[in-house]
Amino acid sequence: MENYSVYVPRLLTKKNNFAPGHRACIGCGEALAVRMAAKAFPSNTIVVNATGCMEIVASQLPYSSWCLPWIHTLFENTAAVASGVESAYKAMSRKRGGDGNVKVVSIAGDGGTTDIGLQALSGALERGHDFLYLCFDNEAYMNTGIQRSSATPYGASTTTSPAGKKSIGQVTWKKNMPEIAAAHDIPYVATANPSYPFDFIEKVKKGLKVKGPAYIHVYSVCPTGWRCATDLAVRLGKLAVETGIFPLYEVENGKYKMNLEIEKFRPVNDYLKLQGRFRHLSEDDIKWIQNRVKEEYAKVLEKAKNDRSPKRLAAKSKRSAEKIPA
Amino acid sequence: MAAKTAVEGIEVSIGISEAVGLADADVIAAYPITPQTHIVEHLAEMVAEGELDAEFIPVESEHSAMSACLGSSAAGARTFTATAGQGLELMHEVLYVASSMQLPIVMAVANRALSSPLSVWGDHSDMMSVRDTGWIQIVVENGQEAVDNIICSFRIAEDKRVLLPVMMHVDGFYLTHVIEPIALPDRELVKKFLPPNRFPLPLNPDHPVTMGDFAPPVVYTEAKWAQEVNLRNSQKIIEEVWGEFHKVFGRKYSPVEKYRTDNARVLLFTMGSFSETAMEAVDKMQGEGRDIGLVRLRLWRPFPFAEFREAVKDADVLIVLDRAISFGGPGGAVCSEIKAALYDEPRKPKIVSIIGGLGGRDITVAGFEEIIERGIQVAATGSKNEYEIYGVRE
Repeated sequence: MENYSVYVPRLLTKKNNFAPGHRACIGCGEALAVRMAAKAFPSNTIVVNATGCMEIVASQLPYSSWCLPWIHTLFENTAAVASGVESAYKAMSRKRGGDGNVKVVSIAGDGGTTDIGLQALSGALERGHDFLYLCFDNEAYMNTGIQRSSATPYGASTTTSPAGKKSIGQVTWKKNMPEIAAAHDIPYVATANPSYPFDFIEKVKKGLKVKGPAYIHVYSVCPTGWRCATDLAVRLGKLAVETGIFPLYEVENGKYKMNLEIEKFRPVNDYLKLQGRFRHLSEDDIKWIQNRVKEEYAKVLEKAKNDRSPKRLAAKSKRSAEKIPA
Repeated sequence: MAAKTAVEGIEVSIGISEAVGLADADVIAAYPITPQTHIVEHLAEMVAEGELDAEFIPVESEHSAMSACLGSSAAGARTFTATAGQGLELMHEVLYVASSMQLPIVMAVANRALSSPLSVWGDHSDMMSVRDTGWIQIVVENGQEAVDNIICSFRIAEDKRVLLPVMMHVDGFYLTHVIEPIALPDRELVKKFLPPNRFPLPLNPDHPVTMGDFAPPVVYTEAKWAQEVNLRNSQKIIEEVWGEFHKVFGRKYSPVEKYRTDNARVLLFTMGSFSETAMEAVDKMQGEGRDIGLVRLRLWRPFPFAEFREAVKDADVLIVLDRAISFGGPGGAVCSEIKAALYDEPRKPKIVSIIGGLGGRDITVAGFEEIIERGIQVAATGSKNEYEIYGVRE
């Protein structure tokens, strides 16, 4: 571990495309995630940002945290704006030559992705634009004051799903956005987490490399909204993975791969108890969450193990054909 | 000097698409809505046949259509879209962004009534609902004007002294779906008239820019004022472009257009395709010795105050036809603006507000005669109503 300081600079660029000096809250896991992702962006990247925390903290006139071309327009349309940028470069380089080789990256939060921006995202994924969409999921509308979104986890207390005498808080299970993205049959879908920086950055690079749409769902701790200590962003990220709550996996051309298979799950309460948004949960509630987390994790694992992707099936049938004596 | 090209019978929507082709647009993002469909269908066909080298983005909504246009225009591509009625409403918030970020997008709006009840037919409810969005709004009366003004719109929008999006309003069905005699401008002349789009600060990795920041109260007012000054100043460039177009192609356009207004004591005021029917009514009534003239507005935004005041200064009665209701308000949006524009004038006509032609209901020549007679009567006797609604069954 100590040697990290020696060899990390060799693996990662020191250059920050997302520069320090932004206005994110203390301990923001999302700013950390954006900074890491941006390290993987090549210099020919154009960033299209939805309205949300990352837009607000990075772009107050006359300042900007972005060293790359960056555009923000509205909340729900980032995927559509990205499709316009991508198409423009396609047309202009075809018609007038020049270096049309740009990478288009969309950035949005969970509200801008799973709720209000879902239609524009689905449209852009379906049309097959060559772009990378990064959803930085901090599990509620944090910028407007911690209101629930469809990505808010079950049992979390938010300002519009408050826990009370008659409510547990958020009453629905978190919308499975990576699966929705994967259902579009796009070349690359992944989940990532800045507590696993190399895995995360590699995924961003992969997403940028594939031809066609790529979607990465990025876990982003929000100490302000999750009511947790400001030094917990990295630790909570680890716990989210180790408890099985946020499995790290990829779907490459339909093929699922579990990037980190958990041998022995940590109890979900190790994760929940550090956050004020879950403090009202009873033992029974936690037990129920524990079971559901295991079920959901098993579903992903099952897909990774019993891969039914055409490529894999073809390889399988080739192997079995080889076994048949002539 | 003016170039002559062959006049053919062309559906107005097809003419609009061909004009977009002549302008060599790079990106078209559109979602289908009646009565705009023929415009985008033909553009898709032109792209599919290789007649127009462009990216056609078949988006999943009008909100995304205009959003894709933002991205495309910000990247520096010549960008076009078309919509109508509900589609324009769904774009609403995006329209403000397009003008505020100074993105030179050109959009044809096939004017359509707004739900409910559902109506695919035309009126000006959609056009009036977007009058404060900061776009330049040009209104055309026939197919030739539509074709010419698509080409002018690109040149106006992309002019470095303007850099504003332009909406060209063409009445749904009354214009979009009719075959009219149209002369498509010569491609080479269009090329000379319309220089390549050189957006000054595009999204370009060689020169990174930050676009669409958020503004605290300390700068928001200045940003909006700059936008307003820019839109108002665009009028002289619009007129300059129309003047240049006249020189090259021989057809003349002005912000306010007068028809047989010399010595006319009573003026009718219209916008869009109905103006041509109104002209017939004026001809007929003048033939009968009546002193009736017609004033038509071509430039709705920026509103050409000086030209308008000049056009109506000698009239005793001004009858304004609106094709949209401002519910619970002073009547038609156009008429209330006209009243405001003339309020401080030392000598002004009596102004009568008439609303008609809603949801595709036609106004015939006889209908216009009726409107004019009623207008004259109201001007003489006054009315307890804010406005008259023409042809309604109560």
